[in-house]
Amino acid sequence: MALWCVMALMTGAAVMAVLWPLSRRGASLGPVEQDDLGFYRDQLLEIDREADRGLIAPAEAEAAKAEAGRRLLRAKGPARPLATTGEPALRRRRAAAALGLSVVPLVGLAVYGALGSPGLATRPSLDLAAGGSRTEIGALIAKVETHLAANPNDARGWDVIAPVYLRVGRFEDAARAFSAARRLAGDNPDRAAGYGEALVGAAGGVVSREATTAFEEAVKLDPGSARPRFYLAMAAEQDGKSDLARAEYERLVRSAPPQAPWLPVVEARLARFGGAPSGTQQQAAPARPEVAPEIRAMVDGLDARLRQGGGNADEWLRLVRSYAVLGERDAAADRLNQARLALAADGPATARLDGLAQELGLGQRGTSP
Amino acid sequence: MTAELGHFALTLALGLSLMQCAVPFWGARAGDPVLMGLAAPVALSVFGLIALAFGALVVAHVGSDFSVLNVVENSHTTKPLLYKITGVWGNHEGSMLLWIVILAIFGALVALSDSLSLRLKTNALAVQAAITIAFLVFILFSSNPFERVDPAPAEGQDLNPVLQDLGLAIHPPLLYLGYVGFSMTFALAIAALIEGRIDAGWARAARPWALLAWCFLTLGIAMGSYWAYYELGWGGFWFWDPVENASLMPWLAGTALLHSIVVMEKRDALKVWTILLAILTFSLSLLGTFLVRSGVLTSVHAFAVDPARGTFILVILSVFIGGSLALFAWRAPLLRPGGIFAPISREGALILNNLLLASACATVFIGTLYPLALEAVAGAKISVGAPYYDLTFVPLIVPLLLVLPIGQALSWKRGDLLAVGQRLLAALAAALCVTLALIAWRSGGPVMAPIGVGLGAYLVLAAASEIWSRSHQPGRPLAVALRRARGLPLSAWGSAVAHGGVGLMVIGIAAQGWSTETIATARPGSAIEVGGYRVEFRDLGSRVGPNYREEVATLVIGGSSAPVAVVESGKRFFPARATTTTEAGIATLGLSQVYVSLGETYPDGSVGFRLYHKPLVLLIWIGALVMAAGGALSLADRRVRIGAAVRARPVSAAVPAE
Repeated sequence: MALWCVMALMTGAAVMAVLWPLSRRGASLGPVEQDDLGFYRDQLLEIDREADRGLIAPAEAEAAKAEAGRRLLRAKGPARPLATTGEPALRRRRAAAALGLSVVPLVGLAVYGALGSPGLATRPSLDLAAGGSRTEIGALIAKVETHLAANPNDARGWDVIAPVYLRVGRFEDAARAFSAARRLAGDNPDRAAGYGEALVGAAGGVVSREATTAFEEAVKLDPGSARPRFYLAMAAEQDGKSDLARAEYERLVRSAPPQAPWLPVVEARLARFGGAPSGTQQQAAPARPEVAPEIRAMVDGLDARLRQGGGNADEWLRLVRSYAVLGERDAAADRLNQARLALAADGPATARLDGLAQELGLGQRGTSP
Repeated sequence: MTAELGHFALTLALGLSLMQCAVPFWGARAGDPVLMGLAAPVALSVFGLIALAFGALVVAHVGSDFSVLNVVENSHTTKPLLYKITGVWGNHEGSMLLWIVILAIFGALVALSDSLSLRLKTNALAVQAAITIAFLVFILFSSNPFERVDPAPAEGQDLNPVLQDLGLAIHPPLLYLGYVGFSMTFALAIAALIEGRIDAGWARAARPWALLAWCFLTLGIAMGSYWAYYELGWGGFWFWDPVENASLMPWLAGTALLHSIVVMEKRDALKVWTILLAILTFSLSLLGTFLVRSGVLTSVHAFAVDPARGTFILVILSVFIGGSLALFAWRAPLLRPGGIFAPISREGALILNNLLLASACATVFIGTLYPLALEAVAGAKISVGAPYYDLTFVPLIVPLLLVLPIGQALSWKRGDLLAVGQRLLAALAAALCVTLALIAWRSGGPVMAPIGVGLGAYLVLAAASEIWSRSHQPGRPLAVALRRARGLPLSAWGSAVAHGGVGLMVIGIAAQGWSTETIATARPGSAIEVGGYRVEFRDLGSRVGPNYREEVATLVIGGSSAPVAVVESGKRFFPARATTTTEAGIATLGLSQVYVSLGETYPDGSVGFRLYHKPLVLLIWIGALVMAAGGALSLADRRVRIGAAVRARPVSAAVPAE
């Protein structure tokens, strides 16, 4: 509400900036035409000054003065008539005032209405909440970082900050932190898997040789751990060993506890190889966690906005990923196609979409239209 | 809410600019002073709204409001406050907003100035509003800095680390003040064409704007050059890079404009040419904006990545350049040509200056655009570099510098070349002595360096002799000469200082012929020789900055006996962007510098270094500062500001010693 009030005040002030000058009298505005007389008088004075200083000879000065005088006469052309009073002037002023009253608010509001997001501004609680958690994470990171700068050998500090880095997407830092923790406090499955995950994140989703080694270490330390096994399967998939990858994914799904949050992701991967075994699928379907209504609303809201056009690559990627995570693969594939159309001109974005499609296993359907 | 208000202020400014363009223009056609009077207050309101929008964006950046896309893409919570502010214009959208803020500032200055007649002011403000409209539409529809993200991400992506530097904080605003400043001379030129009337009074009104823009452009280019010198770690000051050329072209055209306006003011000549130059200078500024902002430089094909943006600027470019040139072709024949004059005169020399500057500008234009055209047509990617410019630009500039002092000393209308030669003889002889002495001292060195330094010395001495000969009369005591020198008009001092600045810059550039470069690997404790200095590598450490980690090598620069300076040369890693920047270690020794750039670190503990000794290198930028100071002196000349005859008398009385 406050936004609309301030906007109304601004509009009023802008309109007044047009109306007020129209109410003035013409005479108060100073000379309309160039004051040539004054200029040439200045020039004559300057010729005198230069002559006095000896820069030009007296004869030259006389000639220059004569020339300036001639130019002065020539410049004094007939003055154009001014229309300050009378009926036509009054009509023009009224027309200008009407233009000001209509064009300024209409253009302002119409363009703003088309481009602005006034709705976002009226949800301060959400903004505040987001701001709060953000500064908390920022403050936490900063605090631990200062601590670690002073005590670089504190394994516990590295242990605390490494997963946080991973979560905010600072993969290189996460890799550094995990490797420091491994070096200082010895290896454990979480640190090894985390290190591998950080490397994968830093490489944009590619499971490198080094990451594979880390995941293998983690599996060696804890054969039951799902995360490194998932990434190893992904590595096999990326190496083109699809049979191995498929077998590993299936084994993961079979061994999964029914409430495992990562189950949909693995199933999505598995689906690329032609569907999971029916038994596990049925078993897994009810196990999928209920989607919170707020999340649902957020995804649908984003969807509705992007359908109207104007979304950027990040938003499209987020939407596709959200549907994939919610398990709505058809919706995800559909939005992926829409994103490809919407971002067709954007080379890097298309590449990122392809990467996402491959990651989520939506690739085959992506090229259908 | 601030971001939305800023957004609304921009759209409202668009509505007001439409009024500022249409109504006053109509008023000028109809001869209605009330409608004409609308232009100034509306221009002030447009300035207020655009400044509000800019302020809103600054607030969003400072407060890390990640619901604004522009902030997400260019800011980070841990970024230092200074770079949160400068990050506002360290990106495409924000810099376009800055562009238009500066346009609005100039509009407000014109609205407040009392040296223009109402008709000229009205037409100029209407033309200026047309430019504002074009850029506001461009910003709102294809580069909107107020685009929001929902839900807001928790952290931003940080500003490109190369831009997290004080130099880049100052460089774009200065450069834009220059680029956009020429929009005022452009608007005045178009206004004159529309009225079909131009005279010396126009030149008098346009000169301060040209000077102001030129000063800022000079400072902006110098600042950018110094930034590239110390931040990119390449050790050079000018790379003939298209981005640099984009700013050099308007500078060359603007310099020509500055001189031709003087001819017009003093002699009522060169009118049509001056108008054309005013149009070309701003067109080149627009072209510079297009080249840098459309992405066409990285590759002609990068242009297609964001076609909306590039096409938009291209349309603006063709409308304004094409439109103004068409108007010029249509209306210029109506302008009364100026008088004739003798070739040996100040104005004759200034025409030579204009010809050479315009040709130099054309060579830079070809060198910048030819590779783009070739890439678009044939698909071949070539780069045009120093060898091309050495063969084309330098042969045009050297004669210009040679005749510069002569033109400066010639009098208007009919000059006496012999007398001028006698006056310049001392400067020329001294410069020759300098050259010969340098050749003798540095025998075996590059041939062009002493000659170039001699040329620079000749320019500096000639500038001094100009002041001397204007104030000293044979047989009069020195005190009288000093008093007369103080009484010389500021514009005379301004031109002497600016031309002296050119000389200083030429000395600095020429002296780079003697610069030495060493590439070496060193272990802590060992030393490298460069340019007669012994540089000892002391140690390599690391430290943590607010948003980066840094590896720093500490080096001690020793003279013949005691150490003279300690420098730190580092590499900074910015995790948010996963980018590394170099921080060159620079030790300033007098006017010379020792420049250390950190290279690879090897596993055995040795470190690669690139070291340069650059004699007199600071003169390059000091020269530019002096040039701009000369422009400022000329701008401060009281006589320029006299708008009406009434004020002429007391001001002229204030100039003593005549």
